[in-house]
Amino acid sequence: MADEVILKVENLTKRFGGIIAVDQVSFELKQGEFLGLIGPNGSGKTTLINLITGFVKPTSGRIYYRNMEITHCPPYQIACLGIARSFQMVRAFHKIPAYKNLIVPLYSPRVRKLSGGKYGERDDMAIDLLDDFGFERDSFVPYKPAGSLPHGYLKRLDLARCMALRPELLILDELFSGMTMSEVSATLPLIEKFNREGLTIIMVEHRLKELFRVANRVIVLNFGRKIADGPPREAMSQKEVQRAYLGTETEG
Amino acid sequence: MAEAIKYRKERIDRGIKARSDTIYMLSSYRELLYILFPRVLPISFLLLSPIFIGGGYWGKVIFYSCTFALLALSWDLLASVGLISLGQALFFGVGSYVAGGFNFYFKWPLFLTIPLATFGGALICTFLLVPVLRLRGVYFSMVTLILPLLFDHLIETLEILGGTHGLLSLSPFPSHWMAVYIAVVSVILCLFGFRRLLHEDYGFVLRGIREDDRVVMAGGINIYWYKAQTIFIAAMVGCFAGALMTHYYQFVGRSAFALDNTILPLAGVVLGGSGNFAGSVLGTFILVPLSEALRALGGLRMALYSLILIIALATLPEGIFHYLERKYHQFERMVSI
Repeated sequence: MADEVILKVENLTKRFGGIIAVDQVSFELKQGEFLGLIGPNGSGKTTLINLITGFVKPTSGRIYYRNMEITHCPPYQIACLGIARSFQMVRAFHKIPAYKNLIVPLYSPRVRKLSGGKYGERDDMAIDLLDDFGFERDSFVPYKPAGSLPHGYLKRLDLARCMALRPELLILDELFSGMTMSEVSATLPLIEKFNREGLTIIMVEHRLKELFRVANRVIVLNFGRKIADGPPREAMSQKEVQRAYLGTETEG
Repeated sequence: MAEAIKYRKERIDRGIKARSDTIYMLSSYRELLYILFPRVLPISFLLLSPIFIGGGYWGKVIFYSCTFALLALSWDLLASVGLISLGQALFFGVGSYVAGGFNFYFKWPLFLTIPLATFGGALICTFLLVPVLRLRGVYFSMVTLILPLLFDHLIETLEILGGTHGLLSLSPFPSHWMAVYIAVVSVILCLFGFRRLLHEDYGFVLRGIREDDRVVMAGGINIYWYKAQTIFIAAMVGCFAGALMTHYYQFVGRSAFALDNTILPLAGVVLGGSGNFAGSVLGTFILVPLSEALRALGGLRMALYSLILIIALATLPEGIFHYLERKYHQFERMVSI
């Protein structure tokens, strides 16, 4: 069970006009793995995530989730299979109270099938969930419109929204960007805990130090191609990775 | 030069709301009255005004206002899921012609044709609009604007459904009172029903779609299915209004697809304030009687009408209802800085 392949990506390619955003990327992800997805700006990390979650359709290649092909499934079906994603830019329903933001995933067919939720119960479920992410239930924070909350809260709201879907694969797109150090150090153990409890996680991140604390495998992308795949230290020690990150070294 | 500002206006919420807008903590009859008053006032106004005004010309205006209020409510419901429609005339016209057609050709009584027009008409409208659900913003508006024109010209050139003459001498309501009270009660039901709906979990999904549809998709919800459902409900209300009007005037013609049936409810929504349904009803109940009162002015009517609309929008861009709501729920005082 622990070694079951949860996600398989085969020769995935996406072209936008003349630009190849993702170029022949293949990898397998096992249940319970914590995969870091890194690479310089514009290397195709977000596009790869958009491809996996169905927001962008690939030019060629296939994606399998638990041996089921999901290449051409619409985003909501993929989400209902248990693949939750966060967004790089903060996206929330700004005019809606923070806890009501979670009603949307809680109302999805997936969660309704898993846990029911009768009249009024979803509010409690949402408030319980937000409490775990630092929205204290007795403060006014969860009841304020999401648009009035600071950036760090919105990022955690996004994470809570993903967890409300009861995911089996969690994809985080630069969760820590724009968070303060204390917010990061408060959120990181949560994500670690989810992973220990068996959740498979893919995390795109520019803060490598934090990422390497939790990730046990790293894939490095550069210009849409996969240039390294393995445990963080091994992957980072490769020549090509260092060139991609630091530029070409002058010999000397 | 302006003088140094010494005072500023402070707005304080009246302390009744407890956390959410659905749970209240009441501790006195005064607070109960405070909560009930804004709900009882419109209901009693709507129920009593036909009695005080009676039949005759202004009785007709009440009926007329109600049908436009229904169209405005239908517009506001679509807007709450992010669909900006310019096609209330489509719903109105389809409902009118379904009711009129079955009454004229098959002699079905109006108690069959009105429900049939409501459900059947809504189905027709939904099927027409489903292919363009993926369009957003102004593109969706364009399609909804064009569809009534299409029907209008089909009826004119093919001379079907009475052609340019329309269908005449349809069966009337048994009495004026019945027609008015069916209209009034349905406005009340739609108004409070829609307000309730948008505070339910279902409604939060709809609001989510308006704010950010990609997040809703990532939340495992098929937004097109929800949009189609919303169109169906909105079309039901619009078609119902059309069917009522058809039987009230005992006539249906191409004017059912006229642009007026789109613009007037929309103007009502803009005047009253969108997003909470109450504004739509308030706006139409101001605009429709106003435009009737100005009828005596002849040609100047439309000019004056437009002028009033512009002044109202310039002074209260949020809409009358939002303004009233704010004044009711907050008190203001001047505090020195």
